[in-house]
Amino acid sequence: MGFWKNSRQYLWVWGTLAGIVFLGIGGLQGQFAVIWQKAVMICMECIGIG
Amino acid sequence: MRLAVQLLFTVLTNGYAYGFVRGKIYQGSLKYVCVPGLNCYSCPGALASCPIGALQALLNQKGFSVPFGMIGFFFVVGSLLGRFVCGWLCPFGLAQDLLHKVPVFEKRKRLPFHDILKYGKYLVLVFLVCAGSLFLFGGYAKVPAYCKYLCPSGTLFGALPLLGANTSLRSQAGGLFLWKLGVLLFIVVLSVKVFRPFCQYLCPLGAIYGCFNRFSLVQIRWEKERCAACGACEKSCPVGLSVNEISRSSECIRCGRCVGACPQKCLHFSTADSSRGETKYYEHR
Repeated sequence: MGFWKNSRQYLWVWGTLAGIVFLGIGGLQGQFAVIWQKAVMICMECIGIG
Repeated sequence: MRLAVQLLFTVLTNGYAYGFVRGKIYQGSLKYVCVPGLNCYSCPGALASCPIGALQALLNQKGFSVPFGMIGFFFVVGSLLGRFVCGWLCPFGLAQDLLHKVPVFEKRKRLPFHDILKYGKYLVLVFLVCAGSLFLFGGYAKVPAYCKYLCPSGTLFGALPLLGANTSLRSQAGGLFLWKLGVLLFIVVLSVKVFRPFCQYLCPLGAIYGCFNRFSLVQIRWEKERCAACGACEKSCPVGLSVNEISRSSECIRCGRCVGACPQKCLHFSTADSSRGETKYYEHR
């Protein structure tokens, strides 16, 4: 019981670690460059023109 | 204190003043990263990217690839903060908070049919942000459907300042802009009456962070044994949660009003200390 209680208490640690792994995979796939390319141009759809 | 944090964070993350003057946007390398809240990257002052815009940019790519970068971002921010982001770090949340302080109309915490309408944000996330960005085409390119058809934050922080300062963009505004302006005006008027209607019913980012609320690092802890069941926390909760639901519910934005309202001081902001397995409490003023 104690193990499961402690596991649940630290779910945020597992979530954070999983997130870091996903961030790494995304980085290796060049996804942040895609985001940057979109973010440095005025997004016409966002402002209701495109 | 919360208002000061919200203002400071909004100013810091939208500090590219030159953009407001010239009607242009920041193009530096800070835009490789996202801010945690809903902050349009086409806001002239924005120094970083919008997480929902970034997710859509990845889904808008040719073919399909799992957007690991943004899933990772949501896991990290959600696991650490949950919807604390909504309550403290979101510029559009701040705008709605300020609008709700306008002394017009009798104030309401929720809309009628709240228990049904609150699922609207999940529908927006699934159908507009994800499915819309994957399958909706404008010409030969996929479109960021949520940004294009709904996002009032983009209209308020992106479109209005840009169109105000950039005459060439202003001349291109047409029917779509009027639609988005209408959505924004609707949300603005509703925010004066109802507490954060966009966050409660439509925000896809709130839907994502809400999934992490139950186990995120930052929590509001309730010391049940000290509670006198006076109901002060429930009265003060702007989204009308019961004391059992505070912090655990995906609707809780961790604004901390309940913490300040409790006369017994049995509600606290807390973090679980992973090194010692203890819980640290912080008084909130």
